[in-house]
Formats: sequence, structure tokens, C-alpha cells
Amino acid sequence: MTKILAVDDSTSMRQMVTFTLKGAGYDVIEAADGQEAFDKAKGDQVDLVLSDVNMPVMDGITLIKSLRGLDSYKFTPMLMLTTESAGDKKMEGKAAGATGWIVKPFNPDQLLSTIKKVLG
Amino acid sequence: MSIDLSQFHQVFFEESFEGLDAMESNLLELECETVDSEVINTIFRAAHSIKGGSGTFGFTEIAEFTHILETLLDEIREGSRNLTVDMVDLFLQSVDCLREMMQQIQDGTEVEKDTPKELAQAFEKYLNSENSENNVSDSSGTRVGDASSTVGSEAEARTEAGDTNGAGVVVAPGGRRWEIKFRPNVDMLRTGNEPARMFRELDSLGHYHCKVDTSQLSKFSALEPESSFLAWNISLSGDVSREQIEEVFEWVADDCELLIEEIQSEEAGIVAVDESKVDELKIDELKIDERKVESNESKVAEIGATEARSAETNVTDAAESDDPDTKQEAIKAKKESGKAKENSSIRVGTEKIDSLVNLVGELVITQSMLSQIGEDFTVEDLSRLKEGLGQLEHNTRDLQESVLRIRMLPINFTFSRFPRLIRDLSRQLDKKVELKIIGEETELDKTVMEKIGDPIVHLVRNSMDHGLESPEVRLAAGKDETGLLTLSAYHQGGNIVIQVKDDGAGLNKERILQKAVENGLVGEKETLSAEQINDLVFRPGFSTASEITDVSGRGVGMDVVRRNIQELNGTVEVVSEEGKGCVFTIRLPLTLAILDGQLIRVGDCTYILPLVSIIESLQVEPELVSHVAGGCEVLSLRDEYIPIVNLWDTFKVEPDSKSIEDSILIVLESENHKVGLVVDELMAQQQVVIKSMETNYERVGGVSGATILGDGRVSLILDIVGIVKMAGTQASERGKVLDFPSKHKAA
Repeated sequence: MTKILAVDDSTSMRQMVTFTLKGAGYDVIEAADGQEAFDKAKGDQVDLVLSDVNMPVMDGITLIKSLRGLDSYKFTPMLMLTTESAGDKKMEGKAAGATGWIVKPFNPDQLLSTIKKVLG
Repeated sequence: MSIDLSQFHQVFFEESFEGLDAMESNLLELECETVDSEVINTIFRAAHSIKGGSGTFGFTEIAEFTHILETLLDEIREGSRNLTVDMVDLFLQSVDCLREMMQQIQDGTEVEKDTPKELAQAFEKYLNSENSENNVSDSSGTRVGDASSTVGSEAEARTEAGDTNGAGVVVAPGGRRWEIKFRPNVDMLRTGNEPARMFRELDSLGHYHCKVDTSQLSKFSALEPESSFLAWNISLSGDVSREQIEEVFEWVADDCELLIEEIQSEEAGIVAVDESKVDELKIDELKIDERKVESNESKVAEIGATEARSAETNVTDAAESDDPDTKQEAIKAKKESGKAKENSSIRVGTEKIDSLVNLVGELVITQSMLSQIGEDFTVEDLSRLKEGLGQLEHNTRDLQESVLRIRMLPINFTFSRFPRLIRDLSRQLDKKVELKIIGEETELDKTVMEKIGDPIVHLVRNSMDHGLESPEVRLAAGKDETGLLTLSAYHQGGNIVIQVKDDGAGLNKERILQKAVENGLVGEKETLSAEQINDLVFRPGFSTASEITDVSGRGVGMDVVRRNIQELNGTVEVVSEEGKGCVFTIRLPLTLAILDGQLIRVGDCTYILPLVSIIESLQVEPELVSHVAGGCEVLSLRDEYIPIVNLWDTFKVEPDSKSIEDSILIVLESENHKVGLVVDELMAQQQVVIKSMETNYERVGGVSGATILGDGRVSLILDIVGIVKMAGTQASERGKVLDFPSKHKAA
């Protein structure tokens, strides 16, 4: 089963994302910050990373950068969940190795259609 | 797939309230001159999460308001604007306002619009003013970017809607033809962007044909599998707009060379070009408009942006469902979730649940062991049975403690509101006060916690208003100009002790006494101990404040404080030293559901006394009992005279013996006064589950509740203060006077 790592410090957002993805048949691993996500991703290879940007302990951009540094995550799609409207966070994320982004607020359908596009 | 988002609302509200609490406490830390970046980041993060969540779950009012707040926070965070005390004030007000809005949404009531509007205007003022001197380019730069990206996301939303409804996208009749040249940069693959994904998406848009350009492909020996050397020439035809194609390549726009050209077909061509241009034009106009308005009249601009944003949300909403009925349903759903909230939830750490599961497991093992013994029981098995029962008792107690622990929360839930209160009060009263909190991790039952908040607030207000002096007075008295207010909590036995301590002027004993005499609370010739004088402040209608302020009211407080605390089976007392300050000490049982009780017997009746109130029990020598004026009995115990209450007399039951030397006297303390209770026998000590008299029967004097004993009988839990009152009334009816409290030191 396709495994997705969902990272967000907001429980409600994380629950919503997880619920949506699980409902669509994906296997979901949750993490509340970048560090937790990094540790989990190292131990358990995932097929896609979906991460919030602004988080305590380790932010999403650092997470993506750290994961890209691992051999097993060189080509894994990694998407940022971002409300940063200014765009520089997106660019910062891209520079760190993010595949793309989903702009908050989004609804479950938008989330799923993007995920499906990326995973094919 | 449609998902009911309202199932996440409750969690969203909970975490948002937590986020607001975090914002508040961190804002209070910000007061110092230097802005700690970690602190401001935490505040920003909390606001950001609330904005993201409220947008996602459809609470636009909150999302919009948080957005403005966040913009200013961001500027402070980036260092492009200095934080002022007034800004902190505004942020704090916004936290209050958001809390209010959130509560209103949760309750399903109308969300108030005026306060957020006013606050938003105040934020706008900051965002536009001053800044014009230093950071013009900076701020306007971000804001324009902001506006254009709003437009961008509107376009996105439209496309999304287009996918499902087929509406909203400008499509040329008869289809269009596009030529796309796509050359990824060498390392595009390293961001996880597969060209295959883009081709799939193009395929879903229309009919496409693709040619690979291998001209840049290096020799096989020099080929790097992680790099991309290919390019593609794609022709696409169908009802496809430029935006749709651009969206396919949105994530890689900076990682490739991309050329999108429309091929003019003879008939439909012109129309198509026009429309696509018009489309672009619209967006450009909007950008320009925003920019113009921005530079001219910022308020108008904000309204424009707000409208754009709300339009965006409307589109998203519309994509989810169609119009008016949904609103109604949404309101209904909100109301329902509001109702559900009334049942109130509690967050429990998983380790607490784990220990519970563990204990239940043990209980099951004990139960199966016992039933095994019971299957064919012989006398030889008796010791095993006893052992099993002992284990059962052990399990039950552990389980009980664990279940109770679930209801326990750190007292920080109550204490956390004080930094803000102190800040506001010290500004209002013009006093300098430092707040120190000790033991905020101390756990307390949730119900007790909810009820103890107000009394503590009252004590703190009182200390701030009457206890702590103004900086000038303090300096004159040789003290530090900043007063110290300490809130502390710790466990002691089965109780939690909460102290409110200040290093202010202390209680003015002469004034209290004078006032008490004026009010007729104390006779003119009476001599009272220091403790008794201090205790007078808890009498109804008592205030020594020379002038009434709106901070701690008109002296209708302290008696209410004491009454509230007594309702929780707790006590409150005050110790004061003139010129040095005073300490209010509240003692509360950890839970209201269970009481550590001492079983006592008088005749046929078994009663229960709260164990905490028992000081000692003794057999009395008759010569130590003296009859004072009015016929009341007192016991001379060490240095004190203690009034004696015969329980058999008060409750009118037949005792084993009416003579005191055959009975047992239990010395109890309640409300700082001692009293001796005469009973026939002291029995076991045990924890009892309190059943309310009011719920099950009616209020009975001298009894605070009831419980069911192991043998199934009902036993009454005694209310010591009530019993003393009853005894006093009975005595005075008989012409005796039992004055309680009366604890005069023996001469």
C-alpha cells in the first residue's frame, strides 16, 4: 500500500489530512513536527511526504532538506502545505528540494486530486 | 469523495484555544525591550495555525482577522518593525477577541463583527503608518505580492471548480491548439518532479502528442541517471486554457525552460486569442488596481483584498456544495457541535490510559483466579482465597486511583490566566508587580479546578488592590519598588494547598478591629487573637478599603470566597504580618467524588468524619471538663479550651453511655477553630464515595453527604461546621450559649 507521511503541528489539520488519505486507501504515518517526521521517515520508507511549513522543533523546509540528503529519499515526492501567500516560502522550499506545494486553505477533494496527480 | 469537515471542528477549537493561550502567555513574556525571536516565532506559529485551520474548516471571519494580525507579527518577526507596548496591548486584545469569536462559532451564535473590525482597523493603522518612513518598499512589496497571489489562488480555485462542475473556466469554442516546449533543468528530478506526472496531467486535459528532443543527451559513459538531459516538444489540443497548462508546470516553473504557444486555427483562433488575452488582462488589471489602491488608500485596499479572499472562499464552498441550504445546514451543524461541547471533554495523556488498561488486565487475572478457587472450594483453599481477595482489594484501589487521575489536570489551567490579569491590573493601578508561579504542574480534579478559579482571582485582585503598595510607598518603606505576588500550589496528604502570597502592607489589624466593632461583629470589650482578627475579613459585608475601587469591589468578596471554597469541602485562612505582606492559604480535597473518611459510631448509628479535619482523639478525664457560663462544656486541652459537642445530643440518638469518661472525644478542626466531638467508638478508616444528599433526598443540617458502606447500609458524612451550629442553636434554645468560634487562650 502506498505510504504517505503527513506532518503538521496542528492536530485538526493532521487529522483531516489523515482521514482523507486513509479514506482514499493510503497508508498514513503522522508526525507533529519535522524532527518526529524525520525520525519516522528514516525508520520507515514512505512514498510521499506531505508537510506543513511552520512547525516547532524542526520546520517543514528543514525537514525536506534533511530528507533529500538521504539516499532513500532522493526522488521521493515531497509536498509543502503552505499558507505563505508571498511566495518566497515556496521558493525556499523548492530550493530545499520540495516537489511542490498545496496552498491552504484546501478541501479534501483538492488534496486528493493533487496527491493522485503526484503519485500517478 | 465528500468528507464532513465538521468532525474536526472540536479538535480545531481545542487546539485553537490552546494556541490563543500560548499566544497570550508568550505576549506577556514579550514585554521586555528586546524581542526574543523564539518567543515571537511561537506567537506567530500559533496565529498561523489558527489562520490555516480556520480557513480550511470554513471559519472565514477568523481566518481574515488572523491574517491581518499575522501580517504585523510577520513584520516584527522579520525585524522590519519594532514592537511597542501598545502593539502588545493590541495583540492581547485580539487574542481576547479571537477567543470570543471562536466561542461564538462553537456555540452556534452570531459572531460579533464590531470588535474585530475595530481591531483590524487598528492593525491597518500600524501597517500603514510609521512604516512609510522606513520600510515603504518593504511593506508594499509584500502586500502587492500578497494581493496578486490571492488572485492566483482564485484562479486555482476556479480551475479546481472547473474540474468538477465544468463551470468557471474560460474555454474557447471548438477547442484550441497549443505548442509546448519543455526543457527541464539538469537537476529537476532531484526535487521529485517526474516529467511523467506532467504528461499524465496534460493527457487528462486534452489530446496530446509528444516528441522527445535528445540533442542534449550526453554520451553513455558520461550519463548521470539522476540528471535530466531530455527535452520535449508537446502539442496539445482540446478545451484547454493557458492557466490550466501553466498549472501543470507550476511547481517546476523555475526548474525548466518552458514555452507555451497557442497555434492559431483559422476559425476559432481569433476568439481564442482574444479570450486568453482578456483573461490575462483581467488578472493584470486586478493586480494594478490593487497596487494603485494600496498606495492611495490602504483601507479600501484591504476591503478589496478581503473581498477577493472571501470570493475565493465562496468558490471553494460552492465547489463543496450548492448555496442557501448548505448555510442553514452548516449553522445547524455548528449548533449541534456547540451542544456536544457542553458535555465538555478532557484531554488525557496516553500514559494514563495505558496504566488504566494495564490495571484492568490485572483485575481480569485476579477475577479468573478467584473464580478458579471458587469452582471446587475446600477449606484448604482458604488462604489462597484470602490472598486473592487481598489482591482484588489492591487492584480495586489502584484502579480507582487511576480513574481519578484521569480527571486530574495540572493547576496551570487555572494559573495561566494570571500573568495577563496581573499585567492589566498593574497598569490600571499604576503598581509594579512581579508574578511568581510555583508548582503549576500540581494536579487537581477538573471540577474543583473549574470552581476554584474565581476565588483565586478574587484573592489576587485583593492582593493587587489592597495588599501591594504603590512604588513610592514601597520605596519609602525601604522595599523594592516592584511588589512580589506569589501563586503556589502543592499536594499535602489528600489535599491540594494553594497559596496567594504578597509582600505588601499586610492586613491592618487596628482598622479591621475598629471596623468590626463599628459593624457590631465584635463587642467593644472583646479581646481577640491576631488570627481571629484576620479571620474577620471573611465575614459578610466586611471591607477595610478606605476607598472603593472597581478592582476588588466593595467587600462583598471575601465571604463569597470562603463560601465557595467551603462548598468544595475546602478551607481558606489568612496569615498576615504588618508591613511584610500576607498569605492566603486555600486547602482543597483533590477530588469531590471520594473522601478519606473515619467511621465513628454513636449507639446504633455509624457516621463518617472527613479524615482531614481530625486532629486527635482521646479519652477524657472528667476533671479536665469544665462548665462555663451558659452551661456549655469545654475541655481544657494543653493551652486551649475546646468546646465539647455531644453527638448523641445533637442528633438525638441513644448512646452507649452519656458519661464522658466512657466515651471517646475526637478533636476536630474546621475553619481554624477546634471542637471536641463526643462519640461511642472509633471504627475503621476508609475511602468513601460521596453521594449528594440534595440529589438523592434533601439538604439535611449537619450532614454534608452520604455513602454506602461495605455491608450495604447508608452512612451519613458529617458536616462539622453544621454540627457546631446545630449544637449552638440547641444550646441557646435551652438557654445555654455555645459561642463558636470561641478559642480564648487559657490564662
